[in-house]
Amino acid sequence: MPKVKVDGIEVEVPAGATVLQACEAAGKEIPRFCYHERLSIAGNCRMCLVEVKPGPPKPQASCALPAAENQEIFTNTPMVKHAREGIMEFLLINHPLDCPICDQGGECDLQDQSVAYGRGHSRFAENKRAVTEKYMGPIVKTVMTRCIQCTRCIRFAEEVAGVEEIGAIYRGENMQITSYLEEAVTSELSGNVVDLCPVGALTSKPYAFEARPWELKKTLSIDVMDAVGTNIRLDSRGRQVLRCVPRVNDDVNEEWASDKTRHAVDGLVRRRLDRPYVRRDGKLVATTWDEAFAAIAAVDHGGSIAAVAGDLVDCETMFAAKALLKEFGSTLLEGRQTGMDYDTSSLAAVNFNTTIAGTENADAILLVGTNLRWEAPLVNTRIRKAIKKGAKVFAVGPETDLTYKVEWLGADLSVLNALPDAVTEAFGKAERPMVIVGGGALKGAHGAALALVDTLGLVKDAASTGSGQGWNGFNVVHMAASRMGGLMLGYAQKAGISALHDAKLTFFLGADECDFAAFGGFKVYVGHHGDKGAHHADVILPGASYAEKSGTWVNLEGRVQRGERAVFPPGDAREDWTIFRALSERMGKTLAFDTLGELRAAMALDCADLAEPGLVTFPWSAPSLASTAEGVMQGYPIKDFYLTNAICRASPTMQRCSAELLHGETFAEAAE
Amino acid sequence: MGIASTIKAFTLWEFVKAHALTLKYFFKPKATINYPYEKNPLSPRFRGEHALRRYPNGEERCIACKLCEAVCPAQAITIEAEPRDDGSRRTTRYDIDMTKCIYCGLCQEACPVDAIVEGPNLDFATETREELIYDKAKLLDNGDRWESAIAANLAADAPYR
Repeated sequence: MPKVKVDGIEVEVPAGATVLQACEAAGKEIPRFCYHERLSIAGNCRMCLVEVKPGPPKPQASCALPAAENQEIFTNTPMVKHAREGIMEFLLINHPLDCPICDQGGECDLQDQSVAYGRGHSRFAENKRAVTEKYMGPIVKTVMTRCIQCTRCIRFAEEVAGVEEIGAIYRGENMQITSYLEEAVTSELSGNVVDLCPVGALTSKPYAFEARPWELKKTLSIDVMDAVGTNIRLDSRGRQVLRCVPRVNDDVNEEWASDKTRHAVDGLVRRRLDRPYVRRDGKLVATTWDEAFAAIAAVDHGGSIAAVAGDLVDCETMFAAKALLKEFGSTLLEGRQTGMDYDTSSLAAVNFNTTIAGTENADAILLVGTNLRWEAPLVNTRIRKAIKKGAKVFAVGPETDLTYKVEWLGADLSVLNALPDAVTEAFGKAERPMVIVGGGALKGAHGAALALVDTLGLVKDAASTGSGQGWNGFNVVHMAASRMGGLMLGYAQKAGISALHDAKLTFFLGADECDFAAFGGFKVYVGHHGDKGAHHADVILPGASYAEKSGTWVNLEGRVQRGERAVFPPGDAREDWTIFRALSERMGKTLAFDTLGELRAAMALDCADLAEPGLVTFPWSAPSLASTAEGVMQGYPIKDFYLTNAICRASPTMQRCSAELLHGETFAEAAE
Repeated sequence: MGIASTIKAFTLWEFVKAHALTLKYFFKPKATINYPYEKNPLSPRFRGEHALRRYPNGEERCIACKLCEAVCPAQAITIEAEPRDDGSRRTTRYDIDMTKCIYCGLCQEACPVDAIVEGPNLDFATETREELIYDKAKLLDNGDRWESAIAANLAADAPYR
């Protein structure tokens, strides 16, 4: 633990910390472009120069210099000021003065730092360099003349995304960042380079020229595109969400977000249900709330009511529907639309117990039937980090590119019954072993995977790990944002969704993936997009999407998170729980909550874990299931990463990503 | 009351003085003008009706940087932008609510390309309020109509900027 002095302030920093980190610990701001906490150190922008004693009588790049005992660091001497002015002048030599047409304007590191540390004028009278634009796919727009060669994007692609598709060619002033062979970057995390770029060289293509950062209302929310529960900030203007950027949460998403999270928001203003519909003579006709409610109230259901939760709904909606069903004595609730019927008697057995952040520490990982890159991209990046620390990864399932080295054990799930020696050997040595079961394998291998808990020693108590904390290496990866919350609220039947098929009245809460023909009764769709569910409904009640309601979501590790409302739902659409509250009155059984606060209080009584945001730990117990695995996996459940739910399918950006990145179509680019 | 003031009172001195002043101005040149056929001279810095200018080749100057929208203290300006077919940054909507505008001129100060300017026109009264909500077409039309006067004003003021 070296002790250093920063401008006379003594600080103690962890061993291996850099001078820049020491300065930050002392509360001193060090300007930087290439340095980023979550990427490797490059030390090529030279903006972080400080004076260090003892050392050579010249400024030193603080990001790449280890802090040493008794070092004296100065961040505000004339030498440092002069050095920063000089570096800033060099950086601005070839940077165009096109801030007014640059999308980064207003949130640009170079803009801010040149105001704070620059000289204020230029002595450069010669011609500036110009660089041709590079093509980086449907998400990233490039204006390479603005690039200051910090190489953050290269390091991100290599280290975090795991696709070595961005690189630099030529040297010195002629250095250019380009994607190899000028092809689209095929990473599902490529949107993050836009946030990383300190200048306007890489900007968001779908968001091009749409808005300035200062005119946007910022709302903290939770993403629903996958079950990771990425912490996001929704930037809206008027009634439209214009962009979605990740927030920092080291427990969940660090500071990354998948492209789907980021760019599906333009689907929120397309194909929306903005008024109620009733089916008359086989055709859906627009109507009023009053008539739609009357049509539902007229159904002679005799207590045979069911509710199917869609993949995106919040716990409040599910609870409101559950409360309504309870009034009529029904518990026909189900969220697993595609017919899954895994055992839910112990929630720990269907949870991501290691936690997302804990994945980093694993030293042996077995993936069972999961394409993590598509099912939970941000869990995949954690596995990459674990591998960097020396973890070995094995996988059962059809071979696919997970961006890291995997030992494939074949697509036959029965391999779990007698694991190869290489696996047992690696797990025998492992202190923190992990098994991750995907949705595709839950049907055939849930019991077998649970049996591995004992054979591979996945669950350890605090005493045996020696670290003071227990270890639970059994994990299930869900793909729907509503899944864990739904399971906690009892949205699971023993026989799966087929138990609901005979209900006389079924509410579909934004459910678009189920087999609607199997439902015989009266179908009510409560949702926000005109997708498959709305198409089959007898009555459509327009609801709110995740950006339009304050909701609670539980991510795959059981973390209860709350998002705020960013905008109002369009037209006559209402927040979903208010729909059920109003409907209950028409059906003669008025629900006992009038405000969101009252609903949440009632929900906390029903399920105490949902009362407060935070990680829920489910006590470990494994249900006794048949422990032999069988079946050969033909593929993974997600067929098209970019089109997994109603919002994505309505989003032109996601449609283009799917067409271009997954189906190889090419699009003509506008010349600039 | 003194003797002097008594004499002034009896000779109606104030009336004489007032009539003398009237007589003086009777023979001076008139200050009133025959508006609207005659107009007073205006400073090149006069801040009148807004206009969006074009480059000599006909290309609109505005690049949708939104600085005028940001600086406007009355929040009278509304801009929406998107890439034009050739990929350049242009406004799809540029509205000024002239009833909100306080004619402070900050928009033209903020403009990096001299696109939005307040021209010399000051008589643009309308019969309805709606007509005072200017859209992009109206502003560009203003620019075309007043370009020579605006350009002359900018040139006259340029040495002092």
